[in-house]
Amino acid sequence: MSAYAADVAALARKDLLLEIRSRDTLPAMLLFVVSALTVFHFALPEGSSERAETGLLWIAIVFTALLGLARAFAAEREQGVLDGLVLAPSDRSAIWLGKTIGVTVFLVLAELVALPAFALFFHPLSWELVAAVALANLGIAAIGTLLAAMAAASRARELLLPLLFLPLVIPVVIGGVGASVASNPGSFLAFLGLYDAVFAILCWASFEYVITE
Amino acid sequence: MVGFALAFYWAPEDADQGFSQKIFYLHVPIALTAYACFGWGAWKALRLLWIGERRYDLESYTAIHMGVIFGLLTLVTGSIWAKVSWGVWWSWGERQLVLFLILFLFYSSYFMLRFSTEPGPRRERNSAVYALFGVVLIPVSFLAVRIAGTILHPTIFTHEGADLPGEMLAAFCVCLAGMLSLAGALYLVELSGKRIDASLRELKELLA
Repeated sequence: MSAYAADVAALARKDLLLEIRSRDTLPAMLLFVVSALTVFHFALPEGSSERAETGLLWIAIVFTALLGLARAFAAEREQGVLDGLVLAPSDRSAIWLGKTIGVTVFLVLAELVALPAFALFFHPLSWELVAAVALANLGIAAIGTLLAAMAAASRARELLLPLLFLPLVIPVVIGGVGASVASNPGSFLAFLGLYDAVFAILCWASFEYVITE
Repeated sequence: MVGFALAFYWAPEDADQGFSQKIFYLHVPIALTAYACFGWGAWKALRLLWIGERRYDLESYTAIHMGVIFGLLTLVTGSIWAKVSWGVWWSWGERQLVLFLILFLFYSSYFMLRFSTEPGPRRERNSAVYALFGVVLIPVSFLAVRIAGTILHPTIFTHEGADLPGEMLAAFCVCLAGMLSLAGALYLVELSGKRIDASLRELKELLA
């Protein structure tokens, strides 16, 4: 098990190190989320409710995640790393876990900019919103990584990922928006946790079939 | 197979007599049949991943194909029912319809995934994993739409006839059985067609 954890840590470290050196994805995500929030300000007429603003924040988060996920396997594909990783003497689900950790870190960093920017542009944040975003990150990263690997195997890579991803994250958006605006955020947060657990287990178990040739 | 189809065409006529809300006998069996197709497709997908026999790929694909057709029919009949009952073609308060819209989008993406991946073991496994995701998404979305329905959309429509008296239940079961038989028959026809297609393609490749 400790060997498994070491594999996961090494893979996650590789992704983060690669990003620190090349700065391909994260600056794009940061810029995108701030631009999106700016566009949303003009998309909402004066006097729109705080609920509508919160809903748009969730859209910004989902699409920012999509932007990062589209690049998730780009480096591997260009350099042919995936074949090496699959042949490496480690559990294949470790590849998924390492990549998911990397994606989650990117998402958290993007939100560290997005949430204060949202509070500045629109209205102050509630703790429920922050908790919901944190929970949603896990589910988005888990599912997104697996779907990105799937889409990477197809001809229409960048085109396919949003199509596969959006129907699956509708429950995340429902849970996230519900937790941010409803009077009983607890049940929505619990739902998000359940979603994370169910899909994380499913992705973890099925990644091996997606990645092997 | 003809017998199945006859049973289906005959059964609704029998059931329709003297009942209002006739579309109930069409809409709900279609919806349940769509679930059954998705479930069957996911089961075949699981078998594919577990055993690795290639024939399960076509079976899973065909079942999901049927499921999407029945899912679309559910949306259409549900929409007609909504128009008759509430005067609108679409209502976000109707959870079942919202759920079917999500599932319809999801399984339409299944076709996109299939058609944009090169045929081969990788496509079979990717499709199978996606089909498994679908069957997990059904209860998760159901739960999501349910909790969202209670809080984001406080008006919830209740159907009359949710508690079915005995004879309605019997007619409903006949309809359901008919619809399932129809789906089964269509599944077998489509499957044999797809198998012939696949073997024909293999022969062509051998000749070329």
